Amino acid sequence: MTTIQERVTTTAPVVTRKKRDWSVAGRIIILLIASVFVLGPVLWTLSTSLRPPSESFKLPPAFLPLNPDLTSYTQVFKQLNIVLLVVNSALVTGLIAVGQMVTAALAGYAFAHLRFRGRGALFSIVLATMMVPAQVTIVPVFMLIRGVGLSDTLLALIIPAIPTAFGTFLMRQYFMGLPGELAEAAAIDGASPWRTFRSVYAPLAMPGLAIVGILAFNFHWNEFFRPLIMTISEQNFTLPLGLVSLQGNLGTGSISVVLAGVVLSMIPALVVFMFGQRALQDGLTAGTGK
Amino acid sequence: MSTATSTPTGTGREPGRKVAHKHSQPSKRGRVQQRWLPWAFLAPTIVGMGIFTLLPIVASIALAFFRWDIISAPTFVGFDNFAEVVQDPTVRVSFLNTIVFVVVAVSLQLGLALGLAIMVQEKLPAWLRVFFRSAFFFPLILSAASVSIFMRYLFNEQFGVVNWMLSLIGIPAVPWLTTPGGSAAVVILVYVWQNFGFSFLLFIGGLASIPVETYEAASIDGATGWRKHVYVTLPLLSPTTLVASVMAIINALQVFDQPYVLTRGGPGDSTRTAVMVIFESAFQRLEFGQASAIGVILTLIIMAITAAQFRLSKRFVFYQ
Repeated sequence: MTTIQERVTTTAPVVTRKKRDWSVAGRIIILLIASVFVLGPVLWTLSTSLRPPSESFKLPPAFLPLNPDLTSYTQVFKQLNIVLLVVNSALVTGLIAVGQMVTAALAGYAFAHLRFRGRGALFSIVLATMMVPAQVTIVPVFMLIRGVGLSDTLLALIIPAIPTAFGTFLMRQYFMGLPGELAEAAAIDGASPWRTFRSVYAPLAMPGLAIVGILAFNFHWNEFFRPLIMTISEQNFTLPLGLVSLQGNLGTGSISVVLAGVVLSMIPALVVFMFGQRALQDGLTAGTGK
Repeated sequence: MSTATSTPTGTGREPGRKVAHKHSQPSKRGRVQQRWLPWAFLAPTIVGMGIFTLLPIVASIALAFFRWDIISAPTFVGFDNFAEVVQDPTVRVSFLNTIVFVVVAVSLQLGLALGLAIMVQEKLPAWLRVFFRSAFFFPLILSAASVSIFMRYLFNEQFGVVNWMLSLIGIPAVPWLTTPGGSAAVVILVYVWQNFGFSFLLFIGGLASIPVETYEAASIDGATGWRKHVYVTLPLLSPTTLVASVMAIINALQVFDQPYVLTRGGPGDSTRTAVMVIFESAFQRLEFGQASAIGVILTLIIMAITAAQFRLSKRFVFYQ
């Protein structure tokens, strides 16, 4: 929109640089506001859980507790069997993660490096199962679990979650990135195909396996729908279920206690976030690019 | 392990690479092992999927034609479940709610993600880019249940931080969770808050794959900031947008955790979603046949929308 006169009178580089600086500053401000809205609720949760219950509803809200008060945390341990919930969640999540890593590594390797009839068709079927919403299969799965006498057990949550289409897909991609010549070299050295997988390919695929494990951990640690259906007695609850029931018991009474529970449940997810952020991002977006 | 496989052929190395690729003539036992070996590798996954995904799909479709409360024997009722479900006002409202939810939440999610991704991707100090990327990604690692728990307090009518903030700019307290419109808005806002980071990541990846030269060429042709994005970024980003929208829609159609914890579907049926109705008819009213029928309808809708998107994309998606 500049007129010719303006162009002549001002030197072009100065104008563009000034303009760019302003636009960068403007963008940073917008992005900062956005991140305040994203991180604010979590900070408020943390800070409220660290304040005495009587100050739960303090307004204006405080985002930094000046003198942290841990009564809400001791209350959580009294009102909720949080140790049991953590053990349940850890058991369920850990076994699913390990199970997915093992089965996905085996299947992914077969799809990437072994030859057999119907490989392409079978792989397509595996991929297709990714698109089936969990809600459609939940009723028959529930009945199956009930039929074999596993209803209201942690195994009901673990076993159906172990076969993973996405993990298989991810591991196949990963193994395809490893050269087939390794298998030849191993065969010349006298290794059996199984030995080749175990001692040559599996160790090299550890980064891919870590992604499968971290994704499984994040998803199942936070899972709510299946535990809500599969478990009935409180001794089999996982963390998200326990927290929702705690909130229900308390009504809107002492929210600091509920929030303390929420914060405690977030800690493992936070640890995974800090150490596995890159892997999580790669895993989530895997297969969506070209 | 096995000693038999340790002697490949005895002739030593074959000269050509192509021959060597075929694992240099395995022994008889090796060949037999190679035949069943792939199936041994695949067995856990294939058997597991057969039992926990494929079989349940078939069972779910079959179950939709039966009336079954798990206690007495199932009776065949033909299309009765479908007829009842389609006429049930609660089911209808819940599907309508789901569609409104998908349209509003997905547009918000994609718009927000795209806008922020463009802003983060353009010249920013590296450490700031890392910070924003982590910040926007962060809610994805939290459980929808815990997010909904603390959001309930933030949206509290009298003591909630949201209404306090609105009061600062002179807006009177909004009855978020006690009115149909307010509840729907909260469910959408909370869902978008937690999930826009996923689309954001996809867009960041897509933007990174657009070559810098394209922008240089565009700026030589006189494209300024805004036009640059309309004529360069959007067309070149269309494959990413397709993937992001397909995934966002599929996920949004299955929303359950947030409305369940935030509002339990209320007030009235205002935030009841399709999946919530499946859950309620199966596990609260023990109408497993009807639940399956609703599930089948939802799946058909998901498949139809996905197919339509890919068909439409043939006209609008621009591949480099």
